[in-house]
Amino acid sequence: MNVAVNPAALTTPALERMARVADEVAARYAADVDATGRFPEETFAALKRERLLGCWIPKEYGGEGLSLTEICGLVARLGQACGSSAMIYGMHQIKMSSLIQHSVGSPWHLDYMREAARDQLLLGSATTEGGIGGDLRNSICAVEVVGDRYRLTKQATCISYGRAADAILATCRRNPDAASSDQVMVVCRKGDYTLRETVDWDTMGMRGTRSEGFELVSEGDARQVFVQPFSEIAAQSMLAMAHIIWTATWYGIAADTVVKAQAFVKAEAKKKPGTVPPGALRLAEVSASLQQMKSLLVAGIARYEEALADESLMNTLSFIAELNTIKVSASQLGIAIAQQSLMILGLAGYRNAGPWTIARNYRDLLSAAIMINNDRILGNTSNLLLISKIDVSVA
Amino acid sequence: MATQIRELIGNHKILPVSMERVRDEDDLYELGMTSFASVQLMLALEEAFDIEFPERMLNRKTFASISAIDRSVSELVSGRA
Repeated sequence: MNVAVNPAALTTPALERMARVADEVAARYAADVDATGRFPEETFAALKRERLLGCWIPKEYGGEGLSLTEICGLVARLGQACGSSAMIYGMHQIKMSSLIQHSVGSPWHLDYMREAARDQLLLGSATTEGGIGGDLRNSICAVEVVGDRYRLTKQATCISYGRAADAILATCRRNPDAASSDQVMVVCRKGDYTLRETVDWDTMGMRGTRSEGFELVSEGDARQVFVQPFSEIAAQSMLAMAHIIWTATWYGIAADTVVKAQAFVKAEAKKKPGTVPPGALRLAEVSASLQQMKSLLVAGIARYEEALADESLMNTLSFIAELNTIKVSASQLGIAIAQQSLMILGLAGYRNAGPWTIARNYRDLLSAAIMINNDRILGNTSNLLLISKIDVSVA
Repeated sequence: MATQIRELIGNHKILPVSMERVRDEDDLYELGMTSFASVQLMLALEEAFDIEFPERMLNRKTFASISAIDRSVSELVSGRA
């Protein structure tokens, strides 16, 4: 998709540009994206125009070098308008974090990062696999490198926005003899691969992410395989980024329900001056939940930045346990917040359309608990807690 | 001590491959040690050597190879003496 860049994109702060995309484009098409279950193409054309796809990339490679806090702010802002768009944007940023952090020492990936900033490329992901499911630290498929070419075939159960992506970062075993956990990640560029749809995407929510199952058949330059093993990419950036950026997405979607609930209570108060509307108490209650969710996000970002500065923290079990817990808590809070907002909005919120509907937010938030199933994460954390001490510090 | 560590890894079925194939410097994660198995190994080491790993040691690097485990366990055992 070639889109002319909005000249103003180069001088306006990223959050202002995102507000424009969210309010003028994403919000307008969100209902249709949800109803027809299609990729939000207008929103992504606008994100490219506003140069918001490459803004995390360091300045020396053509991006804006934004911070994780700023990226999460952008994701959450988009989430207030369209949950599917925010989730796609968030997943793109998770892949971007892999490229930014793990291209060191690989001229091909550094060049590709420049290209991603210049052409505002949308990065997708193929980590799940038939027979393995959501356990992304194991692969059945293997990359085969012959001479200077790689070849990979993957039965991916989910490749979100697979058809719209400009590249798909796919995990696989290092070679056909490698153990299932001895994985690498390959940048499969559009044009390198074919996608054959194997599973449809017709779901309760997040309908615009188009997370269909595909058989991915890809061939390209062998240098496109990341030098760093995937085990390190997962441990050092991807898992933490996924939990934090997903939390930002759900936070945005949940926040939108609270914004609506507040406007509803205010409208009620104006209708009957001198009385406190029945929903006002609930609004105070839900604002506390939203603040709790924000605290989780802020704490997650702070913890990650601390670990970036001190690498020895990054691989500790307590760090993994904490990020796991943030994901589980945030995913539960998101849906609880939507439920509390619904109590305030009543039937008006329960309707599928109209100014007060939160139907789409609610359905979108239901995906949070199963996006890497909370039970899998709790199982993992419970194992870690056999040995890692509960953190009772304040800092 | 490396022999004892090897025995623990073998007895607790920490790796999907036979212990004879494993050299002291090999990356155990690359040989297929899962995060679940690594925690089981940590528990077994604590029990066998009567030690307790401090949080700073509870990371991938500490348990990445037999020689890395050997170094960490030796440090804790000598610190106790």
